[in-house]
Amino acid sequence: MIPATFDYRRADSVADALALLHEYGDEAKLLAGGHSLLPLMKLRLATPQMLVDVGRLGQLSYVRQEGDEVAIGALTRHRDLEVSEVARHSVPVLAHVAGQVGDPQVRHRGTIGGSIAHGDPASDLPAVVLALGGTLVVDGPGGRREIPSTEFFTGFLETAVRPDEMLVEIRVASTAGGWSFQKFNRRAQDWAIVGAVAVAAADGATRVSLVHMGATPLRAAATESALAGGATPAEAAAVAAEGLEPPSDANASREYRRHLAEVLVRRALEDVSLGHG
Amino acid sequence: MTVVREIDVEVRVNGAAYRCGVPPRLTLADFLRERCGLTGTHLGCEHGVCGACTVLLDGEAVRSCLVFAVQADGAEVTTVEGMAGPGDELSPVQAAFRDHHGLQCGFCTPGFVVSVTAFLRDHPDPTDEEIRQGLSGNLCRCTGYQGIIAAVRAAAGQHARRGREEPTAAHP
Ligand SMILES: Cc1cc2nc3c(=O)[nH]c(=O)nc-3n(C[C@H](O)[C@H](O)[C@H](O)COP(=O)(O)OP(=O)(O)OC[C@H]3O[C@@H](n4cnc5c(N)ncnc54)[C@H](O)[C@@H]3O)c2cc1C
Ligand code: FES
Ligand code: FES
Repeated sequence: MIPATFDYRRADSVADALALLHEYGDEAKLLAGGHSLLPLMKLRLATPQMLVDVGRLGQLSYVRQEGDEVAIGALTRHRDLEVSEVARHSVPVLAHVAGQVGDPQVRHRGTIGGSIAHGDPASDLPAVVLALGGTLVVDGPGGRREIPSTEFFTGFLETAVRPDEMLVEIRVASTAGGWSFQKFNRRAQDWAIVGAVAVAAADGATRVSLVHMGATPLRAAATESALAGGATPAEAAAVAAEGLEPPSDANASREYRRHLAEVLVRRALEDVSLGHG
Repeated sequence: MTVVREIDVEVRVNGAAYRCGVPPRLTLADFLRERCGLTGTHLGCEHGVCGACTVLLDGEAVRSCLVFAVQADGAEVTTVEGMAGPGDELSPVQAAFRDHHGLQCGFCTPGFVVSVTAFLRDHPDPTDEEIRQGLSGNLCRCTGYQGIIAAVRAAAGQHARRGREEPTAAHP
């Protein structure tokens, strides 16, 4: 369980990190909490030649209210998000889910930016950001640009962040209505076999996203359009897996995942319609 | 090809400073075991599942097999060797594990003791549910966990009592 050799630089600022990415190109990878990257490196599924450590960029660790939105720095650790007063007040679903990621040791190291930039369909926080209709802010040689969460996850462990760019901030709208997070796992505090997030948005729509139901974190498009057409929670949940091709693995077959998605989405929608959250 | 370069790090472990050059791929766990000679930190799975390697990094419980030593440069680390009181007197958590059958083979114990110590610092009067959540990052193959939960409950009671009797004690 020893990773291939690599060289290491610690970045002192975002500009420094971007310069190092530029200098080392394809050979470099950012290191945030390391809790997705180190396991991959130990299995030698990832063999970066240069790690650019952004884990100490304290200036990117924050949760701030900015008008109707909440801005979260990419280097904010799960634990800091879980206990943030701003998050608990303005986007309680985000604080709640941050507290459901892995176990205490994972939450002390893992960051929201790493979780989203990794683009793992089994991760919890990307699904929440999708259900909140959030925006991802990346910085790079061409300056900052904003990417809607619906355009961010482009393939299995692939995102719209270019190799010479860095995710710096996550922006989500404050919520006032109901929300629900349903995570089905085998052990307490483990990865979701399937998960579902539902959020009553300020515009009156209910947005629903799914964990581990395809190659990327994704929105439950069929359920959302059924709801928009006036379907009941049960009717909308019945189509939750429509058009989706979830993986089969040791924990669950594809059919079982489809079944779980329907059940979890129904529970989530019932929660939201009762105004829970 | 990557040039393998050693990087100088300084880490304070259980109050003592350790300085040395390390290859970037050396984990904090291997740094503690091989460079500091502190073999109390155990490695079970080596990829972030079992929690045997848990140490306190700047006061927070983390898995030392998923942190590179270079990431801990300048940090304060506490391992199970740093838990006992003066004269090697067992800490309240360690004593509670002994008294309540919180261990059998003992392989997982250092990770549990470190996790529990940090957990009780932050949750001095936990519910059973909070104890279970707090320890969800540590696996034990022997005890069936009941003795461990009992030990945490007992140590928490002692923590709360000591807190009342000796409000100024630095190490409850
Ligand atoms: C035992 C265990 C259990 C876990 N359980 C769960 C769980 O239940 N749910 C869950 O959602 N997650 C879980 N995780 C994953 C955890 O949440 C990770 O912390 C997270 O996925 C990645 O964050 P990180 O900061 O550690 O990223 P890293 O591992 O440092 O980086 C991950 C990837 O993202 C890139 N990256 C990091 N930061 C940026 C950035 N700012 N901009 C661009 N690219 C960046 C890196 O180059 C790398 O490719 C678990 C992990 C472990 C070890
Ligand atoms: S050895 Fe670190 S978690 Fe198992
Ligand atoms: S006492 Fe043997 S693994 Fe826990």
